[in-house]
Amino acid sequence: MTTAIGADTARKPATMAQALGRALRDAMAADPSVHVLGEDVGTLGGVFRITDGLAKEFGEDRCTDTPLAEAGILGTAVGMAMYGLRPVVEMQFDAFAYPSFEQLISHVSRMRNRTRGAMPMPITVRVPYGGGIGGVEHHSDSSEIYYMATPGLHVVAPATVADAYGLLRAAIASDDPVIFLEPKRLYWSKADWSADAPEQVPPIGRAVVRRPATGGRRSATLISYGPSVPVCLEAAEAARAEGWDLEVVDLRSLVPFDDDTVCASVRRTGRAVVVHEATGFGGPGGEIAARVTERCFHHLEAPVLRVAGFDIPYPPPMLERHHLPGVDRVLDAVARLQWESEWTEGSAV
Amino acid sequence: MTVLEQPGAYRPTPPPGWQPRVEAAPLLPDAEPYRLLGTAAAADISPDLLIRLHRELVRGRRYNAQATALTRQGRLAVYPSSTGQEACQVAAGLVLEDRDWLFPSYRDTLAAVARGLDPVDALTLLRGDWHSGYDPHEHRVAPLCTPLATQLPHAVGLAHAARLKGDDVVALALVGDGGTSEGDFHEALNFAAVWRAPVVFLVQNNGFAISVPLAKQTAAPSLAHKAVGYGMPGRLVDGNDVAAVHQVLAEAVRRARGGGGPTLVEAVTYRIEAHTNADDATRYRPDSEVEAWQAHDPIALLEDAMRDRRLLDDEGVRAARESAERLAADLRTRMHQDAVLDPMELFEHVYADRTSQLREQAAQLRAELDAEADDSGKGE
Repeated sequence: MTTAIGADTARKPATMAQALGRALRDAMAADPSVHVLGEDVGTLGGVFRITDGLAKEFGEDRCTDTPLAEAGILGTAVGMAMYGLRPVVEMQFDAFAYPSFEQLISHVSRMRNRTRGAMPMPITVRVPYGGGIGGVEHHSDSSEIYYMATPGLHVVAPATVADAYGLLRAAIASDDPVIFLEPKRLYWSKADWSADAPEQVPPIGRAVVRRPATGGRRSATLISYGPSVPVCLEAAEAARAEGWDLEVVDLRSLVPFDDDTVCASVRRTGRAVVVHEATGFGGPGGEIAARVTERCFHHLEAPVLRVAGFDIPYPPPMLERHHLPGVDRVLDAVARLQWESEWTEGSAV
Repeated sequence: MTVLEQPGAYRPTPPPGWQPRVEAAPLLPDAEPYRLLGTAAAADISPDLLIRLHRELVRGRRYNAQATALTRQGRLAVYPSSTGQEACQVAAGLVLEDRDWLFPSYRDTLAAVARGLDPVDALTLLRGDWHSGYDPHEHRVAPLCTPLATQLPHAVGLAHAARLKGDDVVALALVGDGGTSEGDFHEALNFAAVWRAPVVFLVQNNGFAISVPLAKQTAAPSLAHKAVGYGMPGRLVDGNDVAAVHQVLAEAVRRARGGGGPTLVEAVTYRIEAHTNADDATRYRPDSEVEAWQAHDPIALLEDAMRDRRLLDDEGVRAARESAERLAADLRTRMHQDAVLDPMELFEHVYADRTSQLREQAAQLRAELDAEADDSGKGE
């Protein structure tokens, strides 16, 4: 991207929603094969306004309001990809994507494999996901484990404004299908950011240490992604008062999974807590905890703990604050990491 | 008598702004399946086309028989035969231009072969060596699709993309009668009609979805009638009349290429064999029904019509059968060769670049293979 002399490249407060919209716009401007399609993405600009202005700027052939049919949206995107386009599909809300699962699992994820590389599927599926915005039923699910369990898909979730832009550009440029999970409750989170000179972010598949531990004696790693990352950062600050030195790893990408960054951190700190909104039983945390345990067992001072949503269907909005892992629940888990003292007390009885 | 039953009582004046968007009458299918062979109009069909259709029909029948035999010999995991439906298969395979795309289901191997696919490559999925044995771009044939009707939206998307790029490409998508009950059938037809995508949908109504007869599948007057609700024409054709199927498809392809939008064609035919070699068709249909359809055989219908026009004699029949025998012999020879598969290819095409997890797993399999090789070396 070239920057005109004198262009305003100053970093100003921008929301994640703005960065996502800008990523779509820049991707469409850079590559005529990028097409956006979905319900309400055209004239309305999407219910979250992420696609605002795209139909006007690029025409309705490039940013298309489709019939209301998620299997049809993703299924036609498969055909478009077969003919050399790069479809970016919007699933309006997480739970609305379920009718498209057959297309996703039976075709999108495995078309490259079954054609022995002849037919890649460069499709990006944008899924506004997760809770915390007071949505009614079917508007707040965390469905990442379904996507993670399907070989052939990449699964990413940004937690910062810079990542929202950088990861979405990378997803659209990827020759493989990417499930792009947009944390709804971070849409309006702000950071200093420049649309004209967006910062480079690490590629898909790389985790990032958002807050390093400083070498304190009671240290632990909080492993998280998407909407739970700010919760972990807040918890890490609060934990200082309790004498805890916490490192926060933002996974950014669930598939591929960055074992190296995660395990390096856990080896440094000796303890780990996985934090996410999705249900705990059969959830992403189980996989992550198992990976960490397999690779770092002799470095661990305590079992890897999980702080997750309860194992219930997503609750009604008036009760969701009790379900979503917040700072207190993370701190409680951190407190339970004092394994040695608990062991000693237990032995004394 | 309720209010709704009183003539004229229901909505005597339409609400503001209401008007029919499309006149329904031109979209409605004919009451009877369209026939061409044996009618006066058959005299106008080009001799070259009939000779080509005949040759492919005879080869197709032999291909079906040979593939079925290969399942009994354990060379194919499964083969869904299209015996009796060859007219639909051959017409679908021959009606398209090179630049067009065919979207077959698992029963449509023959259509892919008629389009030019290598007969062995067309069977890799059913043989079980790889999921798809060919590059779909080479002959513009999408991979054989096993889930029902899910290939239909692909056809719509591809045709739509081609038109956006300014190419006059048409997609022909094949589906069975059972597939018309699936949600993807509905969504594909709806998208195609709204986008006026250059797509032709061919429903091969062969009477049964495994064992479930059409009467338990749909209450529609015909499957072609379903087109009206989407705003596209529905055409009903005798699926055993290869000239009629070819003509109706050719008209639909022309219409699509000219910007006229999609068409739904229902070809009424019959599956003579069981669903697959794993199925027992005697449990759900009487022999008398099968025999009645055998009397309406697509090859016999064509041969009679061609002999009437002196386009075929015993020598012509013999030549077509010889060509079919060569095809079958080649298929036998090549299918009896054991497939050579590289297990390491399991990790090759999951992603454009292997993830670190897949690199680890590939190393694990490599070690297992090396250990196996060492063990078998010691035995010698």
